[in-house]
Amino acid sequence: MAAAARLFCRKLHLRLTPRNTTTSPWLNRFAVFTAAATLALLGAGGLVTSHGVGMAVPDWPNTYGYNMFLFPVSQWVGGIFYEHSHRLIAAFVGFLTAILAAWLWVRETHGRLRWLGLCAIVFVLVLMGIRKMPVYFALAAAGIVVIGFGLHQSRRNARQLRWLGMVALAAVIVQGVLGGLRVVLYQDELGIFHATLAQLFFVLVCAIALFTSRWWKELPTPLTQLPSDGKQELQSPELRRLKLLALGTTGLILFQLMLGATMRHQHAGLGIPDFPLAYGKVWPAMDAISVAGYNQQRLEVTVANPITSFHIGLQMAHRLMALAILIGVGALAWQARRWSSLVPLRRLAMVWLALILVQAGLGAWTIWSNKAADVATAHVLVGALSLVTGALWCIIAFRRLPGIVEAKSVLTGGAIGESARESTSSTGSFHGNPATAMNK
Amino acid sequence: MRTMTKLSILAGLGAGLQIAAAGDITGTITLKGTPPAEKEIKQLKDDVNCGKLHTESVFTRFYVAGAKGELADVFVTLKGISGKSTGAAAAPLVIDQKGCEYIPYVAAAQTGQKIVVKNSDPVLHNVHPTPVNTAGGNKEDNKAQMAGGPDLNFVFPAAENFLRFKCDVHPWMFSYINVVDHPYYAVTGADGKFTIKNVPPGKYTLVAMHRKAAPAPAGFEKEIEVTADGAKVDLALVAK
Repeated sequence: MAAAARLFCRKLHLRLTPRNTTTSPWLNRFAVFTAAATLALLGAGGLVTSHGVGMAVPDWPNTYGYNMFLFPVSQWVGGIFYEHSHRLIAAFVGFLTAILAAWLWVRETHGRLRWLGLCAIVFVLVLMGIRKMPVYFALAAAGIVVIGFGLHQSRRNARQLRWLGMVALAAVIVQGVLGGLRVVLYQDELGIFHATLAQLFFVLVCAIALFTSRWWKELPTPLTQLPSDGKQELQSPELRRLKLLALGTTGLILFQLMLGATMRHQHAGLGIPDFPLAYGKVWPAMDAISVAGYNQQRLEVTVANPITSFHIGLQMAHRLMALAILIGVGALAWQARRWSSLVPLRRLAMVWLALILVQAGLGAWTIWSNKAADVATAHVLVGALSLVTGALWCIIAFRRLPGIVEAKSVLTGGAIGESARESTSSTGSFHGNPATAMNK
Repeated sequence: MRTMTKLSILAGLGAGLQIAAAGDITGTITLKGTPPAEKEIKQLKDDVNCGKLHTESVFTRFYVAGAKGELADVFVTLKGISGKSTGAAAAPLVIDQKGCEYIPYVAAAQTGQKIVVKNSDPVLHNVHPTPVNTAGGNKEDNKAQMAGGPDLNFVFPAAENFLRFKCDVHPWMFSYINVVDHPYYAVTGADGKFTIKNVPPGKYTLVAMHRKAAPAPAGFEKEIEVTADGAKVDLALVAK
């Protein structure tokens, strides 16, 4: 098992090492802007579910029979305001993503290949403008294929970002179709996939923003973290454990977000109305009679499906998972405080911990406020930021911290270690703040 | 031929006598205990369009009880009867949307009976029935209804208790329609009284269901006997 873990870390390290990324200050700024717009879109979508108005616009892709871009502002009433503005922001993010994909493609290709990619993007945009369901289905199906192919191409050559751009474009199209189908097919379950894909898309766009930053380009190659006192700061097994801890905790956060999405898309309001206890107990009663009693006692002001034992179990799992995540991120931050030279990762670990603490507070506040829409939506947003922070920490750590082979060579004073010392003397120790790196 | 005619007349007379012998089940449903206070629907008052339609605060309608405990919105029906719907020929059940609320909050209809939803508000709504008994043929739907727009019609082929209608534009708007496949049902009014008409004589299980009052959601059951003079049944549900 230890050998498998070492092999896994080495492969991940090699794959997450784009050394010659496409850089341009304006490209990076545009990528950051797209990421910010995506966060706003997540907030808009969160407000839709928090207000329980996901079906306020009965049709798609039109809006009450209008082209969605021509729907009169005077009719943006009640829940329509949230759902319709969500759709408009989504269209804007889709447009930004198309530009980002085209920009990345143009910068990394030339000649026939360049024009082929550009024509494909323009063709997709033209098809989107037809606004017919069969066209959207076909685009979404093609999008799934592009996502798979694009990820495969990215793995083959981590230096290139153009395929990540195509994956992002395909993902945003699939996301749009998922959202539309959720409405026209009355399938609440599709809302769960829609919410999960939104989080993954946000991670992807943030990763692109990181990879297009000057900070990332100037990031030293692995194993330049030898401090001036010459002592080996991190032992290889500890490195491996920390990386796996970060990776595992990020995975837990993703699972937690999926749990949260599942809870929200049950549309049953608060399954458990109190915190930190649950119906006044450490573990609530979940038998049929007790659950019937919970439903009797609840007076729902806005529409809510009846509470079931499944809903109660979901929320208890969500609470326990939150505790596990807090422990994981806390352990990482505790270890990171000892890193005198790995400043960015230390700082990012602290930011991550701060986010998790805020998230825990927002979770409690969501319950205490009887699921106030703005509080619940803030909980969604901070959850997204927590996931992105973990993902970026992993990307930087697997890129920045030495792989197992390099660490062993340092311990033995081997060739890689020698060249790393030379590199250290020329570039200095590892500085830089990843929190601002995305905007360089 | 003459024999057939005589037999037909006798059958008709028999049916008429049966109807004439049918009685009404009447009664009053009361609420025991103190119900929780209704909650103010702040979202309604805060809504730019709906808030204008009310001069006073609007509250939820979970327990509409009179001074003596007379409980409204109780669905009263006979259990164990099926396949006797006269809904297709029955007058439509009319639901209205006024002041951004459904009127009435609880109603009942037969399978196959037309349910007409009106919009008397100066604001658009969407009418979204969310049946649970989709396996039985009740279909979820979601229709836009503009201010002053034409009535929307719905028909449900399968029985279902408390089939919910809601408006997604205004998430505090929801109401319930009980769909039964026979004509023996009633919903209590503000005085807690109900009348189930033309019930053939016999022994039945009467069930009274309320959204929140115990025993919810199954309802309170009572064995009764209906004679040519009908039956009188008074029941008490309990606030929890």
